[in-house]
Amino acid sequence: MKRLSAFNVVSLTLGFAFLYIPMLILVIYSFNESRLVTVWAGFSTKWYGELFRNEAMIDAAWVTLQVAFFSSTIATVLGTMAAYVLVRQGRFMGRTLFSGMIYAPLVMPEVITGLSLLLLFIAIGLDRGIVTIVLAHTTFAMCYVSVVVSSRLVSFDQSLEEAALDLGATPFEAFRLVTLPIIAPAVISGWLLAFTLSLDDLVIASFTAGPSATTLPIKIFSSVRLGVSPEINALSTIIIGIVTVGVISASLISKRAITKRIREEQAAV
Amino acid sequence: MMRRLLIAVPYGWLLLLFLVPFLIVLKISLSDIALSIPPYTPTLDLSEGWAGIRDFFSALDFENFTFLTTDDLYWKAYLSSLQIALISTLLTLLVGFPIAYGMARAPVEWRPALMMLVILPFWTSFLIRVYAWIGILSNEGFLNQFLMWIGLVDEPLTILNTNIAVYVGIVYTYLPFMILPVYATLEKMDESLLEAAEDLGCTRNQAFWFVTVPLSRPGVIAGCFLVFIPALGEFVIPSLLGGSQTLMIGKVLWEEFFSNRDWPVASAVAIILLLILIVPIVLFQRNQQKQAEANS
Repeated sequence: MKRLSAFNVVSLTLGFAFLYIPMLILVIYSFNESRLVTVWAGFSTKWYGELFRNEAMIDAAWVTLQVAFFSSTIATVLGTMAAYVLVRQGRFMGRTLFSGMIYAPLVMPEVITGLSLLLLFIAIGLDRGIVTIVLAHTTFAMCYVSVVVSSRLVSFDQSLEEAALDLGATPFEAFRLVTLPIIAPAVISGWLLAFTLSLDDLVIASFTAGPSATTLPIKIFSSVRLGVSPEINALSTIIIGIVTVGVISASLISKRAITKRIREEQAAV
Repeated sequence: MMRRLLIAVPYGWLLLLFLVPFLIVLKISLSDIALSIPPYTPTLDLSEGWAGIRDFFSALDFENFTFLTTDDLYWKAYLSSLQIALISTLLTLLVGFPIAYGMARAPVEWRPALMMLVILPFWTSFLIRVYAWIGILSNEGFLNQFLMWIGLVDEPLTILNTNIAVYVGIVYTYLPFMILPVYATLEKMDESLLEAAEDLGCTRNQAFWFVTVPLSRPGVIAGCFLVFIPALGEFVIPSLLGGSQTLMIGKVLWEEFFSNRDWPVASAVAIILLLILIVPIVLFQRNQQKQAEANS
């Protein structure tokens, strides 16, 4: 039996207060009447109205969503392929370089990734815009996807694939009918991770975006540099709300799926 | 055929968008700044054949790197980045360890919810979490309002735009990276070891320092690297919470590129930053491998 001491209770309370109070303040003051973010002047939702009338902000949000959708989708395909190659394909020429290139972007400072990609786009004469941001985000996100998917691939029984091949499936059929359904949860979490990383990225997007495409973080950053604004609080509240609902429902769904599987396995026995 | 395609597509993508850009940075760091488009020289001219290639290579030199060592700004920025990253890593450990310890000792049925509470901020925008602290730490911010209300200080403390604000920002945003690995090792710990220690005459305090702390080492090391490595190249936190005197290499690189438009120097700064990062990254890899071997 675990004993939760007074020290444990205090450190948990203070710790979670530290994690959540800043965000709570942000949310509360998004409903503030006053333009001053630190003085309460009555309840109002006017900053949300201002936010939705701010066309530059809406445009940036749209660009961000497009970039996140395309980059995370391509990254999921490439990252899953890379994980499959690393875990299942054994030796091939240049394997060390390949695995190095998968892990290096995870620890590379964002300023360097951004700078190097920008220099590449300039060297090959590619105009900066949505396409260049998608290419940049895909490159680092595919590495995250590959790490998530390979941890799942390592842990499941390879003989299932071999059985499918023995029974006459082509390698592609074995992948589609056996491997993919088993690794699907990891592929989905990889996609979600890639999507969030893309939504969140300021530094790499700042290097690779051109005048024609501004993402939401770039917009937020330039406005925050001029000082706090209730409009940004309203936007933050919306983002925090979406993330909270998303994460909680995702974990409830996966919990239900696990309980269901355990029940089915017990029923089978 | 299938197999070759499977390898070639992600391989080619990474070669083109990771390795080649890196080589370009390396090349530009050896070039000179020029008033042209692109703003550096030399550029490779293949139309002149071998002579062009020879001219190209002979025009490359280490001048930018020598420049970095002669100007105080750069090595001060590297040292100050190391210092800020180190101090904030220790602070994150100080804040994160008790939380992870509390989580590991909490009843089993609470743990998934506590885990979720730690992970949730990680999914929320990084930029927004840094932004939240501007309103708290500024002169008329909530922290100063609170301190003056309880009578601890008479006039507002200047916290925003100092290194202290940068520490707070790094601890706050990277806390989940510390809590999760530490919690993972503490959670696996065999409780009967503590009972054995107590049976053998240890007080609970001694048992904590002689049993729990040494057993949590792999998690603590992993957590420290997970905070230290990204903190070293951090840009957003020093530029939003730090002041003009906060020197961090990520910020220097950014300004060198966007404000001074000196691409060769920015590239040289990037190369040196990478060289500095190699040591902690290799140590981290080794720690992870040792842990993986211990587990299997």
